[in-house]
Amino acid sequence: MPRDWPKRAFWGDIMVVVYSDLKRNGFELLSKARELADKRGNKVCAVVIGKDAGTQAQEYIQRGADMVIVTGSSMEHFNAEDVSDILEVVVKEERPEIVLIASTKDGKELAPRLASKLDAGCISDANKIYVDGDSILAERVVYSGNGIAVEQFGSFPGIITVPGKAFDPLPIDPGRTGEVVNRDIVLKQQRSSIVDVQKMVSEGVNVEEAEKIVSCGRGFKKSDDLKLIEELARVMNGNTLGCSRPIAADLKWLSEDHWVGLSGHKVKPKLYIACGISGQIQHVAGMRDSGIIVAINKDADAPIFNSADYGIVGDLYQVIPKLIEAIRQKM
Amino acid sequence: MNIVVCAKQVVDVGEIKVNPSTNKPVLEGIPKKISDIDKNAVEEAIRIKEKLGGKITVMTVGPPDAKDKMKELLAMGADEAVLIPRPQGADYHIVSKLLSKGIKKLGDVDLVLCGEASIDMFSGQVGPRIAGFLDWPQLTYSFKVEAEAGKVKACRNMGDRMVVTEASCPAVLTVTKEINEPRLPSLMQILGSARKPIHDWTVSELGMDGETARVLERDLRGVKMERKNIVFKDDLDEAVAQLAERLAKEGLLG
Repeated sequence: MPRDWPKRAFWGDIMVVVYSDLKRNGFELLSKARELADKRGNKVCAVVIGKDAGTQAQEYIQRGADMVIVTGSSMEHFNAEDVSDILEVVVKEERPEIVLIASTKDGKELAPRLASKLDAGCISDANKIYVDGDSILAERVVYSGNGIAVEQFGSFPGIITVPGKAFDPLPIDPGRTGEVVNRDIVLKQQRSSIVDVQKMVSEGVNVEEAEKIVSCGRGFKKSDDLKLIEELARVMNGNTLGCSRPIAADLKWLSEDHWVGLSGHKVKPKLYIACGISGQIQHVAGMRDSGIIVAINKDADAPIFNSADYGIVGDLYQVIPKLIEAIRQKM
Repeated sequence: MNIVVCAKQVVDVGEIKVNPSTNKPVLEGIPKKISDIDKNAVEEAIRIKEKLGGKITVMTVGPPDAKDKMKELLAMGADEAVLIPRPQGADYHIVSKLLSKGIKKLGDVDLVLCGEASIDMFSGQVGPRIAGFLDWPQLTYSFKVEAEAGKVKACRNMGDRMVVTEASCPAVLTVTKEINEPRLPSLMQILGSARKPIHDWTVSELGMDGETARVLERDLRGVKMERKNIVFKDDLDEAVAQLAERLAKEGLLG
């Protein structure tokens, strides 16, 4: 137990501090924070940083915050070093039991840096968080989806990062009131500097919401051949294409919003058709919650068949045109 | 440029099965390996050394049997290795602090390279935690790195955007799998790695005796994936007809 922290609980009346670089994730965190704080009869504090912080503070209050600390930083782009300095100050003053941070990539590099500055524990990507007596428990998926670890903090504060859509936001309550506190937090001298920011190429696809996904992997010989799965997706009235890591990250035949896997997107469509995907565990981790999984692969020993409900062993260049025709007749 | 690469020995997650009677993942008797993305970190370190000179030290917190796997990294081109024993129940706080103190003890380090996350737990905490402990800049999720004397610049994949960040050394970098293709060592390099030192450092000499974990594992449940595993082969026309029939019955067409 770090010397200067109480064994249990917090000193003030703030139980949870919330920070998210994206407002939408912030609303989801506030909903969980509200639930945890209500169990203890305590308060939720959110931190907002940046130019539009003032209006965001009101929205946060309407979505469950009791207090919002606003700091109008000069930070032009998110910088984990600066944000961890700001949150370090806030947490040391407010002494919350829990800090919730969105598991965006920004949040995932921020939370452990903050944790080390506070000598605190950090649980990454928790999709369940609940009170159990004096403890807060968090559950997360480990071993590429083969296990769920239930973890508990041995000291406070405890930091938890939360993936998007793990919790539903509370509806807006226009009548809700709360306190907005403006704080000037002097930043230390910057340690790294951002010299350029570019939007990633995106085709505006949302695989996480799709009901049917046709996905491609290294079994395709060239990018032009993806027309095959476009056609397959079209005849099934499911226009969403997915892919494994090499297609998006190495070959760049599809943008990263199509990427299904552990470090890509986690999907749960009713139907997932994996074409020419070998089925590495990192890919399966991203789609294992799908309703029905179909695999098409010429290698009968490909691990994808272990993760599939239905499989066809065969050359996808022969199988897919036949499948398109067969489905067209059923539709 | 002196570089420390933090590497972790992990179980091969693709080999994990869930024990049906205990409903827990079976972790004993599973083949072990160096976490994939840590090899990308070693490869990047070698490329930087080839350009700028210096020394590469691989640092691992893990069990004694990790030495065998660390030799692969020495064969790739690292100069020496340090193994720090992993205390029972160690969490990211303890592991990262041991590594940070190890880096301090080593001294004269310009860059620390880590994989973006280990493939078993995939938390991605160790790199940013080391940067925080040492109060060094952190350049995470790097897929392209340019190092020159005393300075480093990285293109970073931050999901919806690409961020180019630069910093003066010392700095911590975490790399993604796309950054490079880790080399396979030659037979000569494998034989030569036997002469490279693997130092054993103790938890005590790093001043970390009695450090308590901040996160405790209460339970680990297995997640079984139950699938029908019906595979059609040989006659493709028949196979496709069967599949279409099944999909229609499942109500997935239409």
